[in-house]
Amino acid sequence: MHELGVTENIVNIALTKAGEAQANKVIRINLVVGELSGFVPDCIQFYFDSLSKDTITQGAILHFELVPTQLCCRNCSTIFQPKDTLWSCPKCQGQSIEIFKGRELYIESMEVE
Amino acid sequence: MKRIEIIQNVLEANETVASRNQQLLDKHRVFAINIMSAPGAGKTSLILQTLTRLKGNLNTAIIEGDVASIVDAEKVQSKATAVVQINTGNMPESCSLIAAMIESALKDLPLDDIDLLLIENVGNLICPSEFTLGEHRRVVISSLPEGDDKPTKYPLIFVDADVVIINKMDLFPHVDFDITAFHRSVKGLNPKANVFEVSCKTGEGMEKWYSWVLEQVKTNATRL
Repeated sequence: MHELGVTENIVNIALTKAGEAQANKVIRINLVVGELSGFVPDCIQFYFDSLSKDTITQGAILHFELVPTQLCCRNCSTIFQPKDTLWSCPKCQGQSIEIFKGRELYIESMEVE
Repeated sequence: MKRIEIIQNVLEANETVASRNQQLLDKHRVFAINIMSAPGAGKTSLILQTLTRLKGNLNTAIIEGDVASIVDAEKVQSKATAVVQINTGNMPESCSLIAAMIESALKDLPLDDIDLLLIENVGNLICPSEFTLGEHRRVVISSLPEGDDKPTKYPLIFVDADVVIINKMDLFPHVDFDITAFHRSVKGLNPKANVFEVSCKTGEGMEKWYSWVLEQVKTNATRL
């Protein structure tokens, strides 16, 4: 639902960076999206197809690198991937948990020509 | 073909506006609280009770965020120093307030006459957790009829909360809500959050919330 604004940002960043690099065309945009972030790659793609029209980003491949959730136990510092929605440490069964990875949403790099 | 390294947060644009909002609020000594919950958990009720109770102590303004309607703005109108209604229906983010909407709403508020700004976000436990607004504190309300598993199902919003309010405690005898499990989940995700059990309807437990608000506004004013 909220990917439209986010995709506008992606197109704007891509256009700015491509301009700085004096590129004529953006071929590929590499995005990193955390599993816990509320952003859905398919929705970003859907909006991108329409927002990129008539810009040098039109037709660019959006590549999504999905980052799985990684949690850190506050008790014993074990880093683990949760098996289900109940977040508990596999080592000490502690339930005081910090998010280590999985909230990302950033543009990692682009390919231009 | 050329590869360009970027590493730029896509949400940075929102965060930039949010920090500008906070600077503006600080300049005018306005303390802002972002109130989030699922639809119907009691955001408007919490705001109404807070306005009534703190009327003599603080001048409070409200920003109401809803997909459509001015129902909430009308409810709080007579009790607040000022009210701005934001309808997100036609905006890129209809499911949450974002910093740019707050930036434009702040232009319509008499900031010098306000001590406290309560921002009622759009009823939703997912999207508002991604967008900071420039607020000083974040409050999440969970109500008993929603069930005790909300922190497990929607962890992000609880991870970033300064306060978690359990509302509708008057319904406790009538619903299956494992309050110990709820407290345990919240504490696990966010050991620093203050958790208040309240009923906006009966007033039960509300004094702790009011004291917290007054204390926060006072501390913030000292900081500036």
